[in-house]
Amino acid sequence: MPSDPRPPLAGEPVDPDVDLRVPEQRAETSPSPAPVLAVIAVGGVIGSCARYGAGLLWPTAAGAFPWTTLGINVVGCSVIGVLMVVITEVVTPHRLVRPFFGTGVLGGFTTFSTYANDVRGLIDGGNPRTGLAYMALTLLAALAGVWLAATATRRLLVHHREAR
Amino acid sequence: MNWLLVIAGAVVGAPLRYLTDRAVQSRHDTAFPWGTFLVNVSGCTLLGFLSGATTAGAISSHLVLLLGTGLCGAFTTYSTFSYETLRLAESGARLQAAVNAVGIVAAGLGAAFTGAAVAQALWQ
Repeated sequence: MPSDPRPPLAGEPVDPDVDLRVPEQRAETSPSPAPVLAVIAVGGVIGSCARYGAGLLWPTAAGAFPWTTLGINVVGCSVIGVLMVVITEVVTPHRLVRPFFGTGVLGGFTTFSTYANDVRGLIDGGNPRTGLAYMALTLLAALAGVWLAATATRRLLVHHREAR
Repeated sequence: MNWLLVIAGAVVGAPLRYLTDRAVQSRHDTAFPWGTFLVNVSGCTLLGFLSGATTAGAISSHLVLLLGTGLCGAFTTYSTFSYETLRLAESGARLQAAVNAVGIVAAGLGAAFTGAAVAQALWQ
C-alpha cells in the first residue's frame, strides 16, 4: 500500500465537494462564498424534495425491506459517477455546476442517515436479517453503481474524444 | 406544510455539509475523506435520537420532517461517500477505500444505535 495516495491524483479532486489542496478549488468560493452556498441550498432543496416525493409515492411498510431508499441511494451514486467524470475529464464547467449538482442536488437526494437508521430500526424491530441484507446490498449496489457509471462514461466520452 | 418543513430543513442541511466538509479538510491534510465521515456519522446520531424520541412519543411528526427528512437527509450523503471511495480505490489506495466503506457503515450504524439509546434513556 502506498504511504501517500495523493500523487496519482495529480490535481484531480478526491472529494467532489471541494478539495482545498487544489488552488482552483480554493478559488471556488472567491470572491464571496454566498453564490456557492446559495446554489448548494437550492440544489439541496431539489434533491431532498425528490427524495421525500419518492418516499410518498413508494412508501415502505414497517419491517419491510426499504427498497425506495435503496433505489434513491443507488441512482444518486450512479449519477455522481457520470457527473464527476464529465466535469473533471470531459468539460470545464462553470464554477457553480459542481456545488449545485454534486453537493446540492445529489447530496440532498441521497441520504446516509436514513439508511443507517433503517438498518437500526429493522434490527431493533425484530427483523435483523432484513436489516443486515439491506445494509450490505445498499453498500455493494452503491459502490458498483458509481464504479460502473464512471467507467462507462469514461469509455463513451473520454476515450471517444481522445480517439478523434 | 409537510413539504415546507422538508424544504426548510434541506436549505440549512446541504450548505452545512459543505461548510463542515471544508472546515475538516482545511485542518487535515490527508486523502482520507474525514469530512464526509464526520457529517454522515453525526447525521446518523441526530436521526437516531429523533427516531428514539418519536418512538417514545416525545416529539411531533413535524419536527421529524424538519430535522430528520429535511436537515439530516440533506446533511448526510451517500453519493459523495461512494464517489470518494471510488477515487481512493482508483488512486491505488485500495485498503483506505475498503476501510472507508466498512468504517463509515459501522460507525454510522453505531451512531444511530447510540442516538436512539440516548433518546430512550431520556424519555423512559
